[in-house]
Amino acid sequence: MTLWDYLQLSFVQNALLVGVLVALCASLLGVTLVLRRFSFIGDGLSHVAFGAMAVAAVLGMTNDMLLVMPVTILCAVLLLAVGGNAKIKGDASVAMISVGALAVGYLLMNLFPPSGKSNISGDVCTTLFGGTSILTLKSLEVWMSIALSIVVVVFFVLFYHKIFAVTFDESFAAATGAKTRLYNLLIAVIIAVVIVLAMKLVGSLLISALVVFPALSAMRVLKSFRAVTICAACSSVLCAAVGILIAAAFGTPVGSTIVVADIAVFAGFSLIGFVRSR
Amino acid sequence: MPLLSCQDLSLGYEGKAILEHISFEVNPGDYLCIVGENGSGKSTLMKTVLGLIHPMKGKVLTGDGLQQNEIGYLPQQTVVQRDFPASVYEIVLSGCQGRQGFRPFYSKEDKELAWKNIRRMEIEPLARRCYRELSGGQQQRVLLARALCATRKLLLLDEPVAGLDPKVTAEMYQLIADLNRKDGITVIMISHDLEAALHYATHILHIGARIYCGPVADYLCSETGVHYLERGGCRP
Repeated sequence: MTLWDYLQLSFVQNALLVGVLVALCASLLGVTLVLRRFSFIGDGLSHVAFGAMAVAAVLGMTNDMLLVMPVTILCAVLLLAVGGNAKIKGDASVAMISVGALAVGYLLMNLFPPSGKSNISGDVCTTLFGGTSILTLKSLEVWMSIALSIVVVVFFVLFYHKIFAVTFDESFAAATGAKTRLYNLLIAVIIAVVIVLAMKLVGSLLISALVVFPALSAMRVLKSFRAVTICAACSSVLCAAVGILIAAAFGTPVGSTIVVADIAVFAGFSLIGFVRSR
Repeated sequence: MPLLSCQDLSLGYEGKAILEHISFEVNPGDYLCIVGENGSGKSTLMKTVLGLIHPMKGKVLTGDGLQQNEIGYLPQQTVVQRDFPASVYEIVLSGCQGRQGFRPFYSKEDKELAWKNIRRMEIEPLARRCYRELSGGQQQRVLLARALCATRKLLLLDEPVAGLDPKVTAEMYQLIADLNRKDGITVIMISHDLEAALHYATHILHIGARIYCGPVADYLCSETGVHYLERGGCRP
């Protein structure tokens, strides 16, 4: 089959649409996360989501999103919005929540195997690495992804200047009257939503890549916040599209293929940055 | 009417007081230097005045038409800022954020104010440059321009010359003195540099084991001042 033939298939179209949107959302938020030294929050929160999914499976819930979404949002708020005043800060708190949720989730799935599923480690592997689930999306999931992505993008555009202000200098913003607590809270909620969305696409282990690579690539060469944001969004969208097409054509794992595309772009941008600085 | 008055403040973290019974007033046009040993609570006091930390006891009152969100602030640089990809213009403009409320975009007036302060700090040629590529002195000018976007009346500066070489330090002090004398902006500055504090400031607030607040001339005769100057080894 040629590339054109693949594009005619509705599951490839769905995967492309959802993949591109999720990659766009992850990269937009990635810029502020990387700059705040929260690069690993994608990984941490996705493990929380994994843990919550395990609990939902054990409880036999039909729609696990009802549990996964609130739990992930709660953890995101704890880490990002309350974290500044906590005794355990930044990377330590992310690491703690991340491995803790992963371990508890896996333990629960082993102790109480969900009915009708015998292959637990296969299940876990799919959740962690994304497997091919993006190629098997149902139309409800597609519409939900589209709606949530639109919400994220609209939020980002409307709060762009506020996100910049709290990222660059939170104390200055707070001192001069910006509602930094509210903005941090909103950012945390949105990040949790994006991560739960992105889990479907690349699996929980590779979400960090979707969050950090586009932002870091753009920062190699560009010098203003706006340019970095736009460039990160574009490179992320491009890598997601290329990755999904290659995965569909050659049968490679979708998540890993997208990340390899991101790594290639990062390498290219680093080279450009290096040559320019000489 | 004082621009700012602090009444019987007690400051500290987690129930432990590090400073007690601080009262002082700042009048329009004053240049107040906060001095004291390391760990005496200078930055904590400044953060309390800014409303970033709640005092354990006492009140911070603004007067003379000054709102809490009209205080310009020049914080110490953070690790995050050193490699931040942002242009000078973006950073200066973000000084207007406090007045935005829920308006998503900056108005034409905000943008004009940003350019005005960029020119005032003589960094117009750098406006499109990236913040992380600038020298320490240039970065401080950018942050000062941003602080000026947030205020017309009162500037709080937390060790604005830390890490700058002597020539740039002198320029920075001159710049701040000009803002105070020519533009009538009230200045509150934390400083380790007592010599400069005595030279430029009109008032001194000394905190620590002994507390002094008052005009510079009286500080030199006060017990606190004499004691500190002898230990600091600098006499004007």
